[in-house]
Amino acid sequence: MSALLGLLRKEVYHILRDRRTLVVIVALPVLQVIIFGYAIRTDVDHVRLAIVDPAPDTVTLGIRARFAAAGVFEDVALVPRIEQLEDLFRRGAAQGAVVFEAGFAERLARGLPAGLLIVADATEPNTGSIVASYATAVVQGYQQEAPPSKGAIHIVPSVRMRFNPTRESSNLFVPGLMAFVLTIISSLMTAISLTREKETGTLEALLVSPLRPWQIIVGKVAPYLVVGFASVVGVILEARLVFHVPLRGSLVLLLAEGIVFILVSLSLGILISARTSSQRVAMMGALIGTMLPTMLLSGFIFPLESMPWPLRAISVIVPARWFVLVARSIMLKGVGLSYLWQPTLVLLVMALVLLTASTRAFHERLDQ
Amino acid sequence: MSGDLAIDVQDLTRRFGAFTAVGGITFNVRAGEVFGFLGANGAGKTTAIRMLTGLLAPSSGRATVAGHDVARDAERVKRDIGYMSQKFSLYEDLTVRENITLYGGIYDLRDREIRDRSARMLANLQLEHAADQFVRAIPLGWRQKLAFSVALLHQPKVVFLDEPTSGVDPITRRQFWELIYDAAAGGTTVLVTTHYMDEAEYCDRISIMVDGRIGAMGTPAELKRDFKVSSIDDLFVQLARPTGSAQGPAA
Repeated sequence: MSALLGLLRKEVYHILRDRRTLVVIVALPVLQVIIFGYAIRTDVDHVRLAIVDPAPDTVTLGIRARFAAAGVFEDVALVPRIEQLEDLFRRGAAQGAVVFEAGFAERLARGLPAGLLIVADATEPNTGSIVASYATAVVQGYQQEAPPSKGAIHIVPSVRMRFNPTRESSNLFVPGLMAFVLTIISSLMTAISLTREKETGTLEALLVSPLRPWQIIVGKVAPYLVVGFASVVGVILEARLVFHVPLRGSLVLLLAEGIVFILVSLSLGILISARTSSQRVAMMGALIGTMLPTMLLSGFIFPLESMPWPLRAISVIVPARWFVLVARSIMLKGVGLSYLWQPTLVLLVMALVLLTASTRAFHERLDQ
Repeated sequence: MSGDLAIDVQDLTRRFGAFTAVGGITFNVRAGEVFGFLGANGAGKTTAIRMLTGLLAPSSGRATVAGHDVARDAERVKRDIGYMSQKFSLYEDLTVRENITLYGGIYDLRDREIRDRSARMLANLQLEHAADQFVRAIPLGWRQKLAFSVALLHQPKVVFLDEPTSGVDPITRRQFWELIYDAAAGGTTVLVTTHYMDEAEYCDRISIMVDGRIGAMGTPAELKRDFKVSSIDDLFVQLARPTGSAQGPAA
């Protein structure tokens, strides 16, 4: 048993003394959350807005004030005629426009619907639709909060989309980010540190010693299991404290699923290192074999639903796909194991198969 | 199997598919002997050593090391042998002392034993001042002598050295061989592979492997006399040359 303890201590020294690895392990999760939280947001900010108001009155001024107060829009132009918009859009001076009908307040006062046109620059379709939905939301907000003394107000915006609360994108990315960070720490680090021992010849020294293969594997992966677990906790904490991402389901269940996923990733790391003999190749293997699928085929960034069926079929064998599904369901929907037993079973079977395969691959190495 | 044989190999064979890496070698090494295991690259040395250290199962034949059968009793073999490769097998990001403690623990030594033996070892090597330095910080020659001493830490009966002196200067090689003689004088059997033919002359006996078989075996003096060559170097070239037949007088 003391042999195993010695191995574990040795691995901890490796981790603590390799500054670059340490930086990756500690800073990566923190930085990723911040990058994905702030930079890669699908929310849109600083929208250049033009306003066409042929005959300003109390209601149009009120709505314009709400646009100014929304924080998302910057008024760049106020023009009296709709024909003048064309030039603003062509020059890119405006990304969006609000066009009021003449006699807006008067029509409302007579109980007639007042027309309001929202125009968005759809060069980038996503940004365009987001701008349109933000603008719609502002108008709807005005309608709902208008003083009741004035009676029912009928403003009919031409675009109707549900408003995305600003934080929704961060809610979605956190589960995927957990999968990504775990893949890096578990697969990449394990693969690299095992091939490093191969390169330096120390693995051979361990293999001719009385240590059993399982002891060598446990001594190698257990520290990374702990590190991976700690970074899951870190990501969850940071997501809650900084971005107020909800955790509606069971924390214990989430952490348990995290451990299963870590085991899957660790086994992949061992498998990769069993097939390679240099750190560089191991790194490429881990990158292509685990990190890319985790980024692209897990639903982390690109929704699986909108993929063509061959890619969807491939995604079935990507472990991260199942973990992202499970983590999202636990965090955002708050469901428990009774809903998630299927993906959980998939992850468990994957862990079992890959652990067996990696231990066997490790044995086979010895027989060459 | 005789009691004073540290290594006893009978018709040991290993095949990889259709390729025979080691084709029925037979030799033995007496306890306390320094046995040189020579051969060109690809002659089957490494495969033979992997079988003797319990890393690779033989296809056929039999081998005992320190009295244990390598096929049936690999775990017992591993306890009784030491091993050092040309890569030195030390962790460069651990200190000298941490390396010693790690390997001591792996071989189930008690803390006391580790402390006593490492103190003696460091004194022998005159490395006490460097005990808490990282291995990567100490000079190559010392690193290599340290690796050898660590391989002997658990006092194995047989120690396998796989090209232990590749890439070091002649003076350090000479010092290294003094360590080998010390170990052999203490009763440890040494099986060493090398590419340096002057080192072959330092061995009590040598064998030269050619294409998976033992082409010649005996003391350096016997071999030079029987093959009528002036040096082991000449003998090696004669045996290893592709057209040269390996038929000499039986050693």
